[in-house]
Amino acid sequence: MSIWEYANPKKFMQTSAWALPWVTGLAVLTLLGGLVWGFFFTPDDFRMGSTVKIIYIHVPAAIMATGTWFMMLAASLVWLIRRHHVSVLAAKAAAPVGMTMTLIGLFTGAIWGQPMWGTWWAWDPRLTAFLILFLFYLGYMALWEAIENPDTAADLTSVLCLVGSVFAVISRYAVLFWNQGLHQGSSLSMDQEEHVADVYAWPLWTAIVGFGLLFVSLLLIRTRTEIRARRLRALEARERMA
Amino acid sequence: MMALLSRDLALAFRAGGGFGLSLAFFLIVTVLVPFGVGPEGGTLARIAPGILWVGALLACLLSLDRIFALDHEDGTLDLLATAPIPLETVAATKALAHWLTTGLPLTLAAPVLAILLNLPPSGFFWLTASLALGTPALSMIGAFGAALTVGLKRGGLLLSLLVLPLYIPTLIFGAECARRGAEGLATATPVLMLLGITLGSLALLPFAAAAAIRVNLR
Repeated sequence: MSIWEYANPKKFMQTSAWALPWVTGLAVLTLLGGLVWGFFFTPDDFRMGSTVKIIYIHVPAAIMATGTWFMMLAASLVWLIRRHHVSVLAAKAAAPVGMTMTLIGLFTGAIWGQPMWGTWWAWDPRLTAFLILFLFYLGYMALWEAIENPDTAADLTSVLCLVGSVFAVISRYAVLFWNQGLHQGSSLSMDQEEHVADVYAWPLWTAIVGFGLLFVSLLLIRTRTEIRARRLRALEARERMA
Repeated sequence: MMALLSRDLALAFRAGGGFGLSLAFFLIVTVLVPFGVGPEGGTLARIAPGILWVGALLACLLSLDRIFALDHEDGTLDLLATAPIPLETVAATKALAHWLTTGLPLTLAAPVLAILLNLPPSGFFWLTASLALGTPALSMIGAFGAALTVGLKRGGLLLSLLVLPLYIPTLIFGAECARRGAEGLATATPVLMLLGITLGSLALLPFAAAAAIRVNLR
């Protein structure tokens, strides 16, 4: 039993068909649980009022946005090294999800920033880094769309993902160069000084787990779609040959 | 390698090679800015380093698809791939030729255009230096982008979408270096970071570009 078994599309389809309802069900439960708990059963912040509750969407979406890129990086590496098609299809399937998470993070941040900072947007390091990440997702998806041969597309997008990761990290630290900016520090670091209060942290963790499961569920659905699309194309090609 | 370099340079300088086009574009962009933001000297001097850097970057972008596209069309790239020199060297040489025909002229033209934008004389040295250090990275990153899109029919727009995000760190440190130079602040940190990006790109991206070309020639 090893993880490489799932490189076999048939095995992957079987296992994911079994796992999908469970993951999706759990995702809905934890997400609803975390959000309802967060929205209705936590007190308002003494300075931010009820706007603090946007944290239950903003922080998990932001974590997923960067996490998705790392997942794509790992999947691209697996494709380049071991040539497993399922892996690169998973990376392809993850990109739109990651882009949506980035957009959710940017939008909820803007909605929160307007009353709290008095501006929708600031060229703050974290905000800028997310905007750049969004551009990287766009480029990655556009390259997939542009190339017809699926193997060429897989190779080139994987190389782009590798190079893009390096440059995304450099950009992340390059924008730090300007100043510390408006954005508060890490919400969940071990450092108690900048940590959010426990009463907010527990529903937040639940929401993060919920977003993570939601990502896995969407990823499985989209990867299954990609595999089916590719099977369909193979069938059509065989029909034309016959 | 020298043969390839001199061939690329000759092709670029002869009629129709597009040499001077990016220089003219740089000039146009720089001249358009005062029309857009108004002619007050103070404002222009403040934004001059950034404008010149963005202008140089866009001018560089304009000529990127020429790096590999023409050679791909007429089959030269296939020959180069089977040539005794490694494809990584070909990619690096192509980037060098691109820098000599765009990056270097842009660097030399920048101080002249800086006069139009009312940049204080103290800023001229660091503007030129930052461009001289940063534009090789622009050419190398661009060569990688061009290698990715070489097989595509209409790769131009896609090329910009892929390459511009990769240009961001170079732009940040380059413009920051020129700005600090103009304001008489210490420039050591951005210069070192810019140099790091340039050297890192030159060391690693030829491999990525060669890998992309191999995939596209398959």
